[in-house]
Amino acid sequence: MLGVLIILLLALIRGFLISRSPETTVQQGKFEDILSALPQTQCGKCNYSGCQPYAEAIVRGEADINQCPPGGETTIKTIAKLLGRQVKPLNPENGLEKDKHIALIDETLCIGCVKCIKACPVDAILGAAKQMHSVLAEECTGCELCVAPCPMDCISMQAVTG
Amino acid sequence: MSYIDKISSPYIHSLTSINEVMRQVIFALVPGIIVTTWFLGWGVLVHCVLAVCFALAFEAIMLTLRKRPLQDFMYDGSAIITGLLFALTITPFAPWWVSLSGICFAIVVAKHLYGGLGYNIFNPAMAGYAFVLICFPVELNYWPTMLNHAVAGGSGVIESLKIIFIGLPYEGLDSLSGATPLAFTKSQLNGMVMLSEFSSGPLFGSLGGKGWEWIGLAFLAGGVWLMIKGIIKWQIPLIFIFILFALSLIFHGHDPERYASSMFNLFTGGTLLAAFFIATDPVTASATPRGKIIYAAGIGLLTYIIRTWGGYPDGIAFAVLIMNAAVPFIDNVTRPDVFGKVES
Amino acid sequence: MSSEVHTRFNRELHSFPGGLELKTHKELTNSKESLRTPLPDKIILPLQQHIGSPSETIVKKGDTVLKGQKIAQASGYISVPVHASTSGKILDIGTCQSIHIKSEQVPCIIIEPDGEDAWFELEPVTDYLSIDPEILQRLIYEAGMVGMGGAGFPAHVKLNEGTATAIDTLIINGVECEPYISCDDRIIREKADYIVSGTRMLQHAIQAEHCVIAVEEDMPEAFEALNALIDDDIELVTVPARYPAGGEKQLIKVLTGKEVPAGGLPIHIGIVMHNVGTAAAAFRAVTRGEPLLSRYVTVSGNVEDPRNLQVLLGTPVEHCLEQVGYHPRDDEAVIMGGPMMGKYIHDISMPVVKTTNSILVTSGFNRSREKPCIGCGDCVDVCPAKLLPQELFAYARAKDYEEVRALHLFDCIECGCCAYVCPSNIPLVKYYREAKTDIAIYEKKQAGYEHARHRFEARSERLDRIENRVDDRFDKIKTLSTDQDPVEEDKQSYIRAAVERMKQKKNKKKD
Repeated sequence: MLGVLIILLLALIRGFLISRSPETTVQQGKFEDILSALPQTQCGKCNYSGCQPYAEAIVRGEADINQCPPGGETTIKTIAKLLGRQVKPLNPENGLEKDKHIALIDETLCIGCVKCIKACPVDAILGAAKQMHSVLAEECTGCELCVAPCPMDCISMQAVTG
Repeated sequence: MSYIDKISSPYIHSLTSINEVMRQVIFALVPGIIVTTWFLGWGVLVHCVLAVCFALAFEAIMLTLRKRPLQDFMYDGSAIITGLLFALTITPFAPWWVSLSGICFAIVVAKHLYGGLGYNIFNPAMAGYAFVLICFPVELNYWPTMLNHAVAGGSGVIESLKIIFIGLPYEGLDSLSGATPLAFTKSQLNGMVMLSEFSSGPLFGSLGGKGWEWIGLAFLAGGVWLMIKGIIKWQIPLIFIFILFALSLIFHGHDPERYASSMFNLFTGGTLLAAFFIATDPVTASATPRGKIIYAAGIGLLTYIIRTWGGYPDGIAFAVLIMNAAVPFIDNVTRPDVFGKVES
Repeated sequence: MSSEVHTRFNRELHSFPGGLELKTHKELTNSKESLRTPLPDKIILPLQQHIGSPSETIVKKGDTVLKGQKIAQASGYISVPVHASTSGKILDIGTCQSIHIKSEQVPCIIIEPDGEDAWFELEPVTDYLSIDPEILQRLIYEAGMVGMGGAGFPAHVKLNEGTATAIDTLIINGVECEPYISCDDRIIREKADYIVSGTRMLQHAIQAEHCVIAVEEDMPEAFEALNALIDDDIELVTVPARYPAGGEKQLIKVLTGKEVPAGGLPIHIGIVMHNVGTAAAAFRAVTRGEPLLSRYVTVSGNVEDPRNLQVLLGTPVEHCLEQVGYHPRDDEAVIMGGPMMGKYIHDISMPVVKTTNSILVTSGFNRSREKPCIGCGDCVDVCPAKLLPQELFAYARAKDYEEVRALHLFDCIECGCCAYVCPSNIPLVKYYREAKTDIAIYEKKQAGYEHARHRFEARSERLDRIENRVDDRFDKIKTLSTDQDPVEEDKQSYIRAAVERMKQKKNKKKD
């Protein structure tokens, strides 16, 4: 009887210690790993200005881990594993996970205003003032930041196949 | 885009199946069941039937509630084995509701609430037994006495059924029931009685407990057959027996009057049943070869500790359950080296 | 040339972990002479019959080609050319079903044979043992040679890497371990001279110190055929019949006791291995100038006359099945390859390619329902790569790719031993293939993320630089307007002088 009670007591103490440990985990060191897990689209759907600010917010404990739609389930799982937290579904308020899309400029409508070029966070649009603008398909991450600034509404998102 | 073939290689199979494995285990249990019935009375058989019926019933209920295909899982034999092992561990004089509650706990809580076949952490039969042992210690204390080799106390089927369904008769209780050799040994040793003083009493046979030694041999035979057929692997039974044997040898050698002998430890109680049928349950035992050795050694060690210094005469059930909890950790640290491992 | 076993080499054989003893069913096909398959109606040549980058077509629709003419060139280092298997007209450059890598449509060239079977001009080389190894490698490359044991790795790459490092042993693999397949057995019995000479040629091509030909112990006629032709320069070894003894890493362990490093290649321990069929085809390519155009294929299983066939590459599977009396049935499947590692054929009009060693008609495929894993550990006992199949399965299903990688998923040779013994009937190999594909896709995505991050950071840096330059300019202008600093005084006078000069220049211009 005594033996069983001792074992139970040890188990309770250990369980208590384990349950408290996420707060004592050094989250600072994980910043790089969390940033690498994010898709680097800089789209802002997480309500932060880019992937780095979002990663910083996660580390500070201000942001939840399920706010990144382009990263989707894989990113949530990776970050959850890094921080020892529970996996949760993507927050629909930030957007929905969908297949990769890339931007396509309708060249018949483009007026060469460079507003989209300035908006693109990875310089994936080729062009200059009053010259034709074109999206470099291999560089486009599908962040959609170029769509809103276009005054001619000539940028559409096309699904990528294969 | 579906990039995997509808049917995948390999296209031939060894044609073993879970059902086949379970069937072999049930066959191996049969000699042990017969011998146990011979020595402990018809109650054993009644409890076997009762436990199996309860087990199948609860299995069907849980499968329906969890929306799993009844066809596949009902007849794979795992519930039947749980029932049989439970029935063989409790006393044949236990009331029917002990069996009901024990099996309910075993199947519903220990098996299905943990995920069902293949996902449970704790051995269901042992979990059920531990449950009834803690909840109903009194009812599990009455074991049939063994007079000669005859079926216990001369009680026939009707007598056993009466005991199970109505209760033990008040008068004649002392002649009908008593403690097991293990329990008796423990109480005597606790009472500072020397081993040699009581070890030639009516409860003790040549190898171990009277009658119990035959039961042990029957399960040993079944277990060895399973090992030969490759259904169970040698690591768990042999290491468990070896550790238990070695520990009791050391202590008995140190002080033969205060510690029970090795043969006694092996051939009483559920030792041999546990070695070949309970500890070897693949779902709850360790998966890696080295892990199996550690797992079995742990069960042997804990069994000896609980029997000698703990509060229960036969500690196997608790030993198994405690080691079940340690299995994920054991598996993690005993992974075999991959082929072509680079020395770092 | 003697007929007794050479015992100069006392090679100690080791055993590899795990493995299975399987019924071989080779007696169905291995005692019959191989048959030359007649010309089919269509020759379909996929542009990728090898590991590496797909070949690029150099012919167009309507062209006439001769037998052995190059119709697609290699693209890149790990690639080989493709040749026309017979003379005829290019019917189409289209797509066909290929299962070399996945079940999808791949580009191919379709030839309509003209029945003449007229050869292209051939350039045989007879002094193959004295010419430069690099020339030999070039000839083998030009012949479109790939590993004919089933993997399809371009042969010249192995030879090239071989001369770059010192090779201790060349092993010619005649250990045919998969049930039903006997094409290697037959090619040894019928073309032993090609194989022995081919071995010597390959040894010269990679300058290996030692040379071993290995056959399985249930191939005694093949052993005798080779034994009659070898001298002391080649060691002939028999290994016990156990699946998968013919696997590259497993055979190396058996013959040398060494284990290829996990995640590494045999070349890292100074060994190069080639299939017997590759040796024979390479010899033929060099000494007769004929590129790789045909191969031995075992057609076995539920057919009237199971036997080995000599098949032109690009022949539809259907045509091969017709030669042996095949009657389609509902509950049967046609497999390309053996029963342990083969791939299911959805459409039997697809062609035989360079890596097709067998076509199997079987009704024995696994159709029982998958039950949960009971942790019996039988799979751990049989894995020849010493992996933990049940843990791999659990993590692969949970899509935990880090754990799966840490458990050495990529050392899995997909032999199928684990799934064969599983009492719960779990198609383990399917899960591992899915996990490997998922990981490859994931890593490609990760690389994309890294790339996007670099571009973003470069852009941020560029914008910062522009902003700093503007700030600097502003600072300069601000400080220029204050008159306190004596140094500034000098600056101010300098500027005033400069402005004066400009004004004068302007006035001069006006005049």
